[in-house]
Amino acid sequence: MSGAGQLELQSVRFGHEPGGWELRIPSLTLGGEGMCGIAGPNGSGKSTLLELAAGLRRPDSGAVRLDGRSLAGMGRKAVARRLGYLPQECPALFDYTVEQVAAMGRHAHGGRLTPDAPGDIAAVSRALDAVRMESFRRRRLSQLSGGERRRAWLASALAQEPGLLLLDEPTQALDLHHAAAVMEALARKAADGLRIVVALHDLNLAALYCDRLILLQDGQVAADGPPDEVLSSGRLEALFGRHVEVVRHPDTQKPVILAKK
Amino acid sequence: MIKNPKLWLFFGFFAFFGVILPWIGAEQLDLGAVWGGCWGNVTPDSRIFFQMRLPRVWMGLWAGGVLAMAGAALQVVFRNPLAEPWTLGMAGGASLGAFAARMCPALWWAAGPLNTSQALALLGAGGALSLVLAVARRQGGGGQILLLAGVTVGVISGGAIMAASGLVSPDKLAGFHRWLLGGLDAADWRALGAMMVITAPGAGILAALAGEYNPLGLGEAMAAGQGVEVARVRRWTAIGAGLASAGVAAVAGPIGFVGLLAPHAVRRWTGPDMRLVLPASFLAGGILLAVCDAAGRWAAAPLEMPVGALTALLGGPLFLWLLAKGK
Repeated sequence: MSGAGQLELQSVRFGHEPGGWELRIPSLTLGGEGMCGIAGPNGSGKSTLLELAAGLRRPDSGAVRLDGRSLAGMGRKAVARRLGYLPQECPALFDYTVEQVAAMGRHAHGGRLTPDAPGDIAAVSRALDAVRMESFRRRRLSQLSGGERRRAWLASALAQEPGLLLLDEPTQALDLHHAAAVMEALARKAADGLRIVVALHDLNLAALYCDRLILLQDGQVAADGPPDEVLSSGRLEALFGRHVEVVRHPDTQKPVILAKK
Repeated sequence: MIKNPKLWLFFGFFAFFGVILPWIGAEQLDLGAVWGGCWGNVTPDSRIFFQMRLPRVWMGLWAGGVLAMAGAALQVVFRNPLAEPWTLGMAGGASLGAFAARMCPALWWAAGPLNTSQALALLGAGGALSLVLAVARRQGGGGQILLLAGVTVGVISGGAIMAASGLVSPDKLAGFHRWLLGGLDAADWRALGAMMVITAPGAGILAALAGEYNPLGLGEAMAAGQGVEVARVRRWTAIGAGLASAGVAAVAGPIGFVGLLAPHAVRRWTGPDMRLVLPASFLAGGILLAVCDAAGRWAAAPLEMPVGALTALLGGPLFLWLLAKGK
């Protein structure tokens, strides 16, 4: 892993749309050890928060700092070597191979689409290995299932080898098996020292894999802490506006959220 | 420098056609007479070869090359496999500008290889692209609206040229077809120099960006996350492609579809890596345009078919087919 990757958001305000809500983050530090989840209802600002944190959008006011330096003043390549970002969708213009998709992640390190430098070759292999796609190397995107495609995108972000990786709903539209495969891959990388911030729709996945969970509501942080504390039925009912039951997983003792009729 | 064997193959064909095509045309040339022309023994044959055929073939190679590079780059940046200087209206806008400079004495001014037709062509290309992008943005940013607006701007430019040409004295209209369909009939060394002075920087800009184009293949958000300055790449691509289409149009009018045909053919061989696609497109686009031009000179000799008509006959069907495929 290259670079540290400590992100600080200070008095960040961002007006999403005129008349709509405004994202307001007085102070938030991302990039601690392990996996940090960001959850909240649709439109609560998860994607916007990640885009601000990744430097894809500039806050209307306030500052986003990466390892003490303002993101606005850094070149994208310098940012990308420390901070990775995987958007919700990566619509492909051409029918790339899985290896080429992974190799795109080496861009900030000067890598090519057909990796030729030893460092790039090794990083691409590590990334494909991490998402269990070594044997898919030569396959084309059009030959992959939705879940495999998402893992290929994830390989691209991992090949970048940043210190901190931001992911926007990497399990979106995946079945239980594929969603678990993505989260397992992330958990392994987190155990290896990669700091991960991941926006998740599925609170149960968040409870299972995250060490820290941030709940967003209307552009503001509603709760921030270990999933055990954050995921209370009262808070979730306030957040989602419907009755839920929080029980304990029989094996892991982690919270499990059940919808009630 | 060139490591890829496929590029050498393309380059071999490029050089081969650069040498062979000048021998094709209405007049049968005598090899000995042309050879003598190299050593100061000027004959009509050597004059035709060195003053007319050679600059024309080389202009075809160069113009086709830069148009193909512009097409390949525009396709990635605007995320549309059908984008190229003609379908985005840039070729039409540039031709309108160049036509205005040539037909209106008050607008004409020249210094060495630079003149107002290039400046107005650049203005026309930039104006056309800005208009097309503005229309597309109002409609949500992309897809086929971009092409619809681009082709329409091209048609409007052609209409304006047609209308204006009605006001010009008939003796000035000799080389008029060029401004509607595109043709290399005005080629000589001066014209080639004038074209290169504008298009070489444009091609240089696009070549310099080659590596930045690859991550854009998975979308702008992903590319930005991987270290691409997306806004800067878009801006400089528009400038580079604008220089390329304006420089070509100022001399040869709106030649269409080379920027579509060449990259699509090339990617079947090279795959999507833009570091390969751009140089290979340059070579293939040059070959395509020079061969089409030679065919147009040869098929109906001593009359000429404008090369833009031939590229439209080849590229138009490909455009329709890709449109029907929905990609």
